[in-house]
Amino acid sequence: MKSDLVLAGVGGQGILTIAAIIGQAAVSQNIHVKQSEVHGMAQRGGSVVAHLRLSSDPIASDLIAEGTADILLSMEPLEALRHASYLKSDGVLLTNTTPVVNIDSYPEMDKITAELKHFKRTVILDGDAMAQTITGSARAVNMILLGAVSVFLDMPSEIFIEIIKKMFARKGDAIVEANIKAYKAGQSSARAASQG
Amino acid sequence: MSKKLLLGDEALAQGAIDAGLSACYAYPGTPSTEIMEYVSQSEIAIQRNIHREWSCNEKVAMEEGLGMSYSGKRAMVCMKHVGMNVAGDGFINSAITGTNGGLIVAAADDPSMHSSQNEQDSRFYAQFAMIPCLEPSNQQEAYDMPQYAFELSEKLQTPILFRLTTRLSHSRADVELAGTANVQNDMHLPENPSRFILLPAIAKKNYQRHCEKQAEFLRLSNESPWNRYEDGPDHKLGILTSSIAYNYVQEAYNGKCPHPVLKISHYPLPDKKLARLMQECDKILVVEEGMPFIETQLLGPLGNAKILGRLSGALPRTGELNPRFVAIACGLPTPDLLSASELMKIRPPRLCKGCPHINSYEALNEAKKQFPDCKVFGDIGCYTLGALPPFNAISTCVDMGASISMAKGAADAGLYPAVAVIGDSTFTHSGMTGVLDAVWENSPITIIIVDNYTTGMTGGQDSLGTGKLEDICKGLGVPADHIKIITPVPANHTENSAVIAKEMAWKGLSVIISRRECIQTLRKKKKK
Repeated sequence: MKSDLVLAGVGGQGILTIAAIIGQAAVSQNIHVKQSEVHGMAQRGGSVVAHLRLSSDPIASDLIAEGTADILLSMEPLEALRHASYLKSDGVLLTNTTPVVNIDSYPEMDKITAELKHFKRTVILDGDAMAQTITGSARAVNMILLGAVSVFLDMPSEIFIEIIKKMFARKGDAIVEANIKAYKAGQSSARAASQG
Repeated sequence: MSKKLLLGDEALAQGAIDAGLSACYAYPGTPSTEIMEYVSQSEIAIQRNIHREWSCNEKVAMEEGLGMSYSGKRAMVCMKHVGMNVAGDGFINSAITGTNGGLIVAAADDPSMHSSQNEQDSRFYAQFAMIPCLEPSNQQEAYDMPQYAFELSEKLQTPILFRLTTRLSHSRADVELAGTANVQNDMHLPENPSRFILLPAIAKKNYQRHCEKQAEFLRLSNESPWNRYEDGPDHKLGILTSSIAYNYVQEAYNGKCPHPVLKISHYPLPDKKLARLMQECDKILVVEEGMPFIETQLLGPLGNAKILGRLSGALPRTGELNPRFVAIACGLPTPDLLSASELMKIRPPRLCKGCPHINSYEALNEAKKQFPDCKVFGDIGCYTLGALPPFNAISTCVDMGASISMAKGAADAGLYPAVAVIGDSTFTHSGMTGVLDAVWENSPITIIIVDNYTTGMTGGQDSLGTGKLEDICKGLGVPADHIKIITPVPANHTENSAVIAKEMAWKGLSVIISRRECIQTLRKKKKK
């Protein structure tokens, strides 16, 4: 098993939470992990990126070389475009569509979407809307995207669900259930999109 | 034995704890912050009562570490690369006194300046102080090396510089842990206590002895398990690499490099291993993260066409390396890249919604309208973002505490009004001393301390002046009627800008403390 993921977003969107869950899942499967993160000034509402590498064999570099990533997972459409050069030619571009408009002259959404659709394997989800419908809050968008990306990772779903259970256990059963539902919705939606 | 996913910073912290650490001293700074954060939350550190409080600056941390070492116990002092400039006095002289208990000075460099003002390379500090430097290439080495470093420090009676870089500090990997921790040293004072008294007569002897130790440092580096010569059949090229750059070389060749590779993780440079590489290979490619430290030593002042690296143009002169740059330098094929989208817009970091600094800058900008010649001297922290739109509020940002001293220097030159903006933690780090100069000369400067009760940029560490800032200013001699407290909220905008304008108009020293809690730490507290 070998998978190189670039995770992109805007500081505060929680890409590190997703990376941490996938990392934990991998370790529990005896898969090697390297995960490079962004801390410090860049975290304050700027664009952030994390590199997550998984492999059954030991991993050398902490960073993924541009043009070689298997998956680009973005919490935000403009950030997907910003980091698209990391993807290999048949890599999966998986992105949320809700823009974070905290800059002047944010590009027009349909222009961004048109460019994203040029990639060979693009999965575009409105994760915020899905989370809102399923859990009543957009906060679970992380779980939607985790579910979606799990489709492209060679790891059993039960492991992710176990980690979600542990992560939210403190907050009660209802929250645990809502997050698992969000995870599953993301999963089916990505499955449908990648087959369609 | 157990496995854990750890950042490079955390692996170093766990390794030091397991090696019998008694004290960690640090001032927060990206990318080094997580070393102390890890120690302060570690169960075993809490059980053992390992010292784990933040220090007010790196120099103080360094001297506290040296005091712990003097008393025979193992200490680690942590900082970001520019913190080494602050700690420099104690650091360089700790090489002259030598150590008693093991002493690690961990410096985390930030090539590419992700969160820094420069990309200085701490290996030069080790060379300057003439002490050994260890440089792990992965998280496992960051965990394994502290034990070796403490033993080396105690055997050689010298501090050890431990160099990290951003991509190791902030990258997580599975690390195999020992699961047990060494017994800590008991307190024992140095056998020859006078070596800690750096009077010229003693310092001369110490320095002579330090110079004599260099041969031993070199011998150990040549024998070091961390300096590894990996032979390869194709001697047209030899690769000399260190730290995480080694991983990029491995990545480029998929672990099967046909050329000899010399991996350096222990300095001074092992001359015998280097000589072998130089003799056996036609060309040498130097792949190192940071400044061309090894490369310049190989080139010497006369240069050498055989040496390739950052100075020859084989690799970029500045910024951090990555696997693509290294693959290109090795002459390997790399995929064609997409050109950047024409839609792309940069998304710089910004102050958080609801941040008190926003209201402080709005009030300051309002006050400035009455003083077209006003210049604002900024400092290091979240509030440095006041340089960007929509505020465009500050004219300088140089180093910790420079706002106050530069404002005073500019006022000396006749610039009026000169305003300094500095955070509470930066103020107690290096701002207070500048105030004393301004008090002595009653300089006509206005100091705005943006007090959010925390060290915000690095994630909300304790700020040691919390609750004491007025008293500190009074104690330093700032006139009590020119110490003003304002609360930066939108409702106080008019009132606050009037207070600032009034103090700017007064041709003497004043301090305005603009005080409201950081919304990030406030949010964290509410969650608990």
